[in-house]
Amino acid sequence: MIQQLRTYLNTPTNAAPLVVFRLLFGLMMCFSIIRFWYHDWIDLLYIQPKFHFSFYGLEFIKPLGNYTYVLYAICFLAAFFVAIGFKYRIAIITFFLSFTYIELMDKTTYLNHYYFISVLSFLMIFLPANSSFSVDSYRLKKAYKTIPNWTIDSIKLLLGIVYFYAGIAKLNSDWLFKATPLKIWLPSKYDLPLIGETLMQQEWFHYAMSWSGMLYDVTIPFLLLYKRTRWFAFFFVVVFHVFTRILFPIGMFPFIMIVSTLIFFEANFHLKVIALIKRLLNQMFKLNHSIVLAENYSFTNKKLTVGVVAVFMLVQLVLPFRYLAYPNELFWTEEGYRFSWRVMLMEKMGISTFKIVNSKTGSYFYVDNKDFLTPLQEKQMSFQPDFILEYAHYLGDHFTKQGHKNVEVYVQSYVALNGRPSQPYIDSKIDLYKEKESFKHKTWILPFNDDIKGL
Amino acid sequence: MLKKIIFGFSLFALVFSCSSSDESTISSSSDGFDRSTMLTNWADNIIIPAYQDLDAKLVTLKADKDTFIATPNQTNLETLRTSWLNAYKVWQYVEMFDIGKAEEISYKFQMNVYPVTVADIKANIDNQNYDLSHPNNNDAVGFPALDYLLYGVDVTDADILVKYTDVNYQNYLSDVIDQMVLLTDTVLSDWTSNYRATFVSSIRNTATSSVNKLVNDFIYYYEKGLRANKIGIPAGVFSSTSLSTKVEGFYSKQYSKVLAEQGLKAVKDFFNGKNYNSTLVNSSFYYYLNYLDRASLVSNIRAKLDNGLTKIGTLNANFSSQVETDNVKMTETFDMLQLAVVSFKVDMIQAMNISVDFTDADGD
Repeated sequence: MIQQLRTYLNTPTNAAPLVVFRLLFGLMMCFSIIRFWYHDWIDLLYIQPKFHFSFYGLEFIKPLGNYTYVLYAICFLAAFFVAIGFKYRIAIITFFLSFTYIELMDKTTYLNHYYFISVLSFLMIFLPANSSFSVDSYRLKKAYKTIPNWTIDSIKLLLGIVYFYAGIAKLNSDWLFKATPLKIWLPSKYDLPLIGETLMQQEWFHYAMSWSGMLYDVTIPFLLLYKRTRWFAFFFVVVFHVFTRILFPIGMFPFIMIVSTLIFFEANFHLKVIALIKRLLNQMFKLNHSIVLAENYSFTNKKLTVGVVAVFMLVQLVLPFRYLAYPNELFWTEEGYRFSWRVMLMEKMGISTFKIVNSKTGSYFYVDNKDFLTPLQEKQMSFQPDFILEYAHYLGDHFTKQGHKNVEVYVQSYVALNGRPSQPYIDSKIDLYKEKESFKHKTWILPFNDDIKGL
Repeated sequence: MLKKIIFGFSLFALVFSCSSSDESTISSSSDGFDRSTMLTNWADNIIIPAYQDLDAKLVTLKADKDTFIATPNQTNLETLRTSWLNAYKVWQYVEMFDIGKAEEISYKFQMNVYPVTVADIKANIDNQNYDLSHPNNNDAVGFPALDYLLYGVDVTDADILVKYTDVNYQNYLSDVIDQMVLLTDTVLSDWTSNYRATFVSSIRNTATSSVNKLVNDFIYYYEKGLRANKIGIPAGVFSSTSLSTKVEGFYSKQYSKVLAEQGLKAVKDFFNGKNYNSTLVNSSFYYYLNYLDRASLVSNIRAKLDNGLTKIGTLNANFSSQVETDNVKMTETFDMLQLAVVSFKVDMIQAMNISVDFTDADGD
């Protein structure tokens, strides 16, 4: 067993897939940041709001005012340096830190695909993605032909986790036996040409899409792994992601996933890509080709590196199951919902109206959420307990500072999940200003009136 | 292998380009819900007839105003007040349609912002130099300004009549009414000449399409124009104390209830797709929700709106005195109206899966 592991860890493989992955990943990130900037979302999401929702324990991570643009610029430069493989280690560390900081500034904008970028870039810190076909190897005049096989496998494993966990998250009665939320989402795409007024309105199609989406997610990592099914699998990767891109406003995520899955292909494909790019570069610049080809890349700190990556993978495997430590329905309480690859899994909406009460006199007034939150923040806050609590504390502090006495904060909250009638969500008799955030179960979330079976 | 990849990407480009093609290819298959019919019903049977009625009522108002200014006596004042009230009631049926020309010219802000700022009105009367369409004058024009001008410029009717011997008062009253007629003409003629076609044909599910905008307008009106402005703000639910001067029709002291009832009836009728000029019902939200298999939500919403109407029926005709004598009834009414806000903003929007986000960021 140990011997097998040792052999596995020493097995070399061609560096090309990892190197091409680095290039494409870097370019995708550059493009994502430009796109984000171009749409003016930095201003809209991070500069305009008066208040930001923080992750528990990370309240010190906040937007930096106008310096947020500098942060994005740093992130962009780092992504570009990753792409070209210039000072790779510093670049990928900088990218990981800046991107993760951005992601954590306001949990209103939490997206699984941002989290994916963060964990992937963390993993890439430990991989020799600049070992050839990079500015680094050009400057050192040394390129490695092979790298340890596990480095490429680690990315495949991470991608596999994302798909597989997204798939098993769909193993619930709402998704499979009620076809929600697709039954709610698809008919509203009536304006698509050809399929909008036809397929999108058919109940059988909602079921077909629910089941095939689940089967796709669960099986695709395995179909990509085996050579005989790989081409077939990649075809489905493209179709699936393009289809979701047409249906839903999911930005760059489909493209990032399509490009990422190229790592499953064998080295000769990537070598062709490299050869193609080299030819183009040679036409533009006269490059000096005196690079020494070295054999296998070896880590200077192999045990530590392998150890960190192994622990990281273990965390990735376990973290999505942390919801099991909480009582009640996960979709309802959302305790352990994030960071678990639960992607486009439910349709949830709410309305939360806050009441500021003077505990001595009993006098009260309601808060107009628009005075404090952007429409996106209000939407996200309305159905997520940790947002509701954080906002209640913000309101309590705000009105206390304004001179209101004996402030208590109550909320009247109604939430509808997957097309069920809305029902009261938070105990309206609980003074949220006295409740503290923690990883413990929030007892003031009212029980869900229905039952969703499954994982 | 490379060829296959290239094939894959071109396939993807093909599908992608198809997806972003124009809207001319939309078929009117019987599978989907027919939004054109709904929009046509809204435009032809509800919105335009309501504007036409308002326009007619304002023409009467204008004529009665001319008579009154020529002869400011008690009879003419009474007639003018009656035609003001008749127009104001019809106004409750159009305030929610903040779309097209109305949105462009900030129509509702020039027609029904209350409470008025008396100092602004007085300054305008004294200076005789004003731009009534300026945003600074939003609280000195429209129906609330007339409420003040016809009931509040002095204590007794006899004293009010004396005021209208002053040409400055005559001019201001006249200008305010003429402006209301002009604005309404502008909005109505835009509807009948070209906007109707645009409105009816805009059937896509985007944040700027007719259905989505009107769903937003409708809910916004119910939540803000009706629930908050007419009931909540005077009852003090958004402030530390109640604010009895902030009611609609503050100076006439008897119409805040009837105006609120009209507003809620307008909401109910629109939800049910009831024609403005008859009891016929056609496609509207309730049709749409039934199409989406949400019949129970329809009856739920109807019950909540009816309960709201019943509750308003128990209030004093003058909300101002209701707030001062028994504000609990006001806050209870507010809470009751709030229940339908939940149904509209959560259940109905979720069922229709309407794009309401003004933030056009990514989801996942």
